[in-house]
Amino acid sequence: MHVFVKLFAQYREGRFKTEERTYKEGICAQEIIEELELEKVSPLGVLMVNSRHEKPSYTLQEGDIIALFPKVGGG
Amino acid sequence: MADLVYRVNMSNLSFKIEEVPAQWLGLGGRALTSTIVAKEVDPECHPLGPNNKLVFAPGLLSGTSASNSGRNSCGAKSPLTGGIKESNVGGTSAGIMSKLGVKALIIEGAPKNENVFYQLHVTKNHIEFIEVPELVGLDNYAVLEAMAAKYDKKVAVMTIGRVGEMRMNLANISVKDPGGKLRSHGRGGLGAVMGSKQIKCITVDAESYKEVTIADPEKFKEASKVFTKALQENPISGEGLPAFGTNVLVNILNEAGGLPTRNFRAGNWEFAENICGETMAENIKARGGKTTHGCHAGCVIQCSQVYNDKDGNYLTSGFEYETIWALGANFGIQDLDLIAKIDALMDDLGIDSIEASVTLGLAVDAGILAYGDGEKAYELLSKDLPNGTPMGRIIGSGTHILGKIYGLVRVPTVKGQGIPAYEPRAVKGQGITYATSTMGADHTSGYAVATNILNSGGYVDPLKKEGQVELARNLQIATAAVDSTGMCIFVAFPALDDPKCLPALVDMINARFGCSLSIDDVVNLGKTILKTEHEFNIKAGLNSADDRLPEFMKYEILPPHNVVWDFTGEEIDAFWNF
Ligand code: SF4
Repeated sequence: MHVFVKLFAQYREGRFKTEERTYKEGICAQEIIEELELEKVSPLGVLMVNSRHEKPSYTLQEGDIIALFPKVGGG
Repeated sequence: MADLVYRVNMSNLSFKIEEVPAQWLGLGGRALTSTIVAKEVDPECHPLGPNNKLVFAPGLLSGTSASNSGRNSCGAKSPLTGGIKESNVGGTSAGIMSKLGVKALIIEGAPKNENVFYQLHVTKNHIEFIEVPELVGLDNYAVLEAMAAKYDKKVAVMTIGRVGEMRMNLANISVKDPGGKLRSHGRGGLGAVMGSKQIKCITVDAESYKEVTIADPEKFKEASKVFTKALQENPISGEGLPAFGTNVLVNILNEAGGLPTRNFRAGNWEFAENICGETMAENIKARGGKTTHGCHAGCVIQCSQVYNDKDGNYLTSGFEYETIWALGANFGIQDLDLIAKIDALMDDLGIDSIEASVTLGLAVDAGILAYGDGEKAYELLSKDLPNGTPMGRIIGSGTHILGKIYGLVRVPTVKGQGIPAYEPRAVKGQGITYATSTMGADHTSGYAVATNILNSGGYVDPLKKEGQVELARNLQIATAAVDSTGMCIFVAFPALDDPKCLPALVDMINARFGCSLSIDDVVNLGKTILKTEHEFNIKAGLNSADDRLPEFMKYEILPPHNVVWDFTGEEIDAFWNF
């Protein structure tokens, strides 16, 4: 199945901004985070799927857009 | 030596140096400015008349070695909102005032002769009134230069530009930072109040000061270490903010559907990538410049930056998310360099970059200029505004009045102040802060975005109503307390997530003054401040009907989440149940 993965802030370095990627059915967000070794860079801050906050246990569906941010802030 | 209150009367150009009344001893920053304004200013007075007062007060820890403690508060009745105002700023003024022993500077009255502008020069136990015809008609950088030529180069400077002289609502009070650039008491038209007192600039002597006294230096040192460590180890204040600045928020708000776009018509923008923090950081790396920069000495977070153009020439610093959002997604400029150029112009003019840019977003609806026409915006701001042409004055009145003049309904303001950067329909906790804040729509007064969007201090679903009032209340109380310490509000991120941070902050206050406040005392201080400000506003004629978001948000459906603002008045008013 196809999933759009978007990375932000430090997660982009040496990786990509947005990519359409192919995964096996039933994959959860945590597996993508591990596959991309994101938490080696910085702990996960925010995970959104289709513009809604989700937990790493979220099971992805065909065509989902998953956005991954390290801990960021501002104001 | 004990701190003192410096009181200036502009009606007869006199000053008094007073002892600090016992009730004010434990107050600083916002707690002190709001207490003084509430006690001494008639809430019904005209904000630009002789009965309003302009009050400056450094935070409780300003002038000490505590990290991030260099914020100065300025308060008055606001010409923009008609209510009480406090706006705090980095720069060098807080530290220098504290070290000189100035607990508060209170400016009252107004000169009889309306054609003269003054400089106030504050030295130990003395204030000099200097007529400055040569500075009239100049903007901020020219004033800084003139003061640098006249005094020790470290002298603190607080100044207004032409827009402040003309008493427009957009006018801020700008403060020199350690790099000789500007930071500002941005919102609420405080620069117009300073203009109404006919004060062009205030300088504070940086030569004859003494270090502030610390009651228990050992304890202070210890607590300060713990506190600094908490700031440095937190992933947001220690890593995210220095690397990308506050502008990292563009992408996250865009992704969450909470980035107000085209004057609050949508919650995301197809060109966000052009102006986002990641793009900004790339440009800085490629062009020279600095991703980290502190707005005052002692900042260990350094969210500010130095942003250069393609040829490596300085464009701006202190380049913040809210300004970039307002000129970008909301007004439509896709070119980050042009946004930077306008940001620098606004610094020099001394105008609130949020209010000005939200006004430009609305000016598109008014037909004054086209969406994204940054060149025309630059011209309006650089020519019409500071020359006081009728169009300049319309823009200079801010979002709310522009809306009235053009008969517009989609006017994004609360209590007359433009709504910044976070769409209330899609970030509902922030909406509650905007509705209830004593300051009008002010994002810093209770940053629910942290918990709605950034997973800081837990998580409350931004699209649901549950938990938002309580969240906004707790954050506003905590913020009022933090605003009194002189701390930059970004200490809130470690404070929300690291249990060592807040106790260390309270320990530093105790060690500085030899007192024994508990965390509860500090929280209670926050509550008292909010209630004091709220009472002032009610007496000034702002009631619960003013604690509301603009009506269009109730019936205009906001994409991409297709949401409206759905809180009842009663639900919002429950905010004040504490
Ligand atoms: S974190 Fe940013 S706003 Fe806060 S003190 Fe440092 S530079 Fe100033």
